[in-house]
Amino acid sequence: MATISLQNLYKSFDGKKVLNDLSIDVEQGESLVIVGGSGTGKSVTLKLIIGLLRPDSGHVFIANEDITEMNEEELNRSRRHFGMSFQEGALFDSMTVFENIAFPLRRHTKMTEAEIRARVEECLEDVHLPGVEKKRPSELSGGMRRRVGFARAISLKPDILLFDEPTTGLDPVISDVVADLIVEMDQKLGTTTVTITHDMKVAFKIADRVAMLCNGKIIEQGTPEEFQESQNPIVRQFVEGRSEGPLTEGF
Amino acid sequence: MITILDRIGRRFIALFEQTGIWFDALWRTIMWAFRPPYDVREWFRQMVRLGVDSIPVIFLTTMFTGMVLALQTFTGFQRVHAEQFVASVVSLAMLRELAPVLVGLMVAGRVGSSMAAEIGTMRVTEQIDALKALATEPIQYLFVPRVIAGVIMLPFLCVLGDALGIYGGYLVAVKLLNTNPVVYKQNTFQFLDMNDVYSGLIKAAVFGLILTLTGCVRGYNTTGGAEGVGRATTHAVVSASLIILLSDFFLTKILF
Repeated sequence: MATISLQNLYKSFDGKKVLNDLSIDVEQGESLVIVGGSGTGKSVTLKLIIGLLRPDSGHVFIANEDITEMNEEELNRSRRHFGMSFQEGALFDSMTVFENIAFPLRRHTKMTEAEIRARVEECLEDVHLPGVEKKRPSELSGGMRRRVGFARAISLKPDILLFDEPTTGLDPVISDVVADLIVEMDQKLGTTTVTITHDMKVAFKIADRVAMLCNGKIIEQGTPEEFQESQNPIVRQFVEGRSEGPLTEGF
Repeated sequence: MITILDRIGRRFIALFEQTGIWFDALWRTIMWAFRPPYDVREWFRQMVRLGVDSIPVIFLTTMFTGMVLALQTFTGFQRVHAEQFVASVVSLAMLRELAPVLVGLMVAGRVGSSMAAEIGTMRVTEQIDALKALATEPIQYLFVPRVIAGVIMLPFLCVLGDALGIYGGYLVAVKLLNTNPVVYKQNTFQFLDMNDVYSGLIKAAVFGLILTLTGCVRGYNTTGGAEGVGRATTHAVVSASLIILLSDFFLTKILF
């Protein structure tokens, strides 16, 4: 079975159906990018994969283990295989950059302070951001915060990396830098990666496979090349970024 | 009519729901307090923040309350020629009632609100999700150190408040109202027993639990961005103050 397997997921909030029979697998070492408009349930999907939300029905298998059946303690054990980067970085603003990256190392390993220091420096070099250890998150730009978030996500050398809108709110140049970095980290660490974004340029750059989420289910998936050539009118409208089409009917 | 009943019903349901959430959080906090890892450094940080940093506020509040209590009771007792009981009233009132309640209310305003704001901001900026994603239980990392700090530090602040309140009363009675200092000191301790001290300290520890847990719960359940954080902060102070005042009656009844 695949590293990540989402099977027949349903999820509603206050009666509003967000996911409606969503199923998709992610193979080991693969980079899957899920695209879709705002409010289509992309973030919800990512949160279901790491167990931050539980589905109303359906199953989430991580390395053949069904995490929907797990209690919080078992989930915490499972989450040690994950590194997750959040939309705005979600860095702990009461801590310095060093403390942020050292946080999971201090809690989940028996590393000495010297080893932790070395690992933090290594992670910051991996995201091309050396020398910012003493800064506070509020002193960093948006792009730097994302990269520190990446460094924190990879500090425990996870098997699976999740990226939640890694380039939202960044200028096109920095977005490209961040996309390059994701590809580089993916290749260097050999992780299974799931990214959600609505930035098609980034999606095509980092994906082995692109899947489109619409009305709570996957409506199209394929390699970036296949995806670009899709004849599905919804996919065409989204890829071309047109205001007219099936996605905006009734607007 | 139906609308009014509907509203009352909704309020009651919300009240029961909030009570359930509070006790569930209490239970989970107790459970997680005994599981490793024990973040002792964070416990001490919270103790300093809650206890040591609150000393100036407690100093002013309890000292002036002791002073005004001596002034008021002297005025009243003078009418029935019972001025000698001023010292006993001040010390009993401070130890059994005023110091724990005042400390509880002041720390709820100063620290309970900031806990709600801090945890609420963490909630709306996804930092709590980030904690979970880093395989860290938020109840253990955020609630446990704060609640432990509250339960341990409030009795210490209460002792400080007792001493300052009694000393404030002494200053007013002796320096302002020309009471005999030796007699005043004697009367201060004459009718006291250890139960008066213990009951105040037990109350303070319970109030410490209430104000920290309420701040944490309100912050943790924040929804709706900056406005939600503001709402959580206000609710934390109002709820903690109300619960402290209500539970004060029942604790007094039990500990009397």
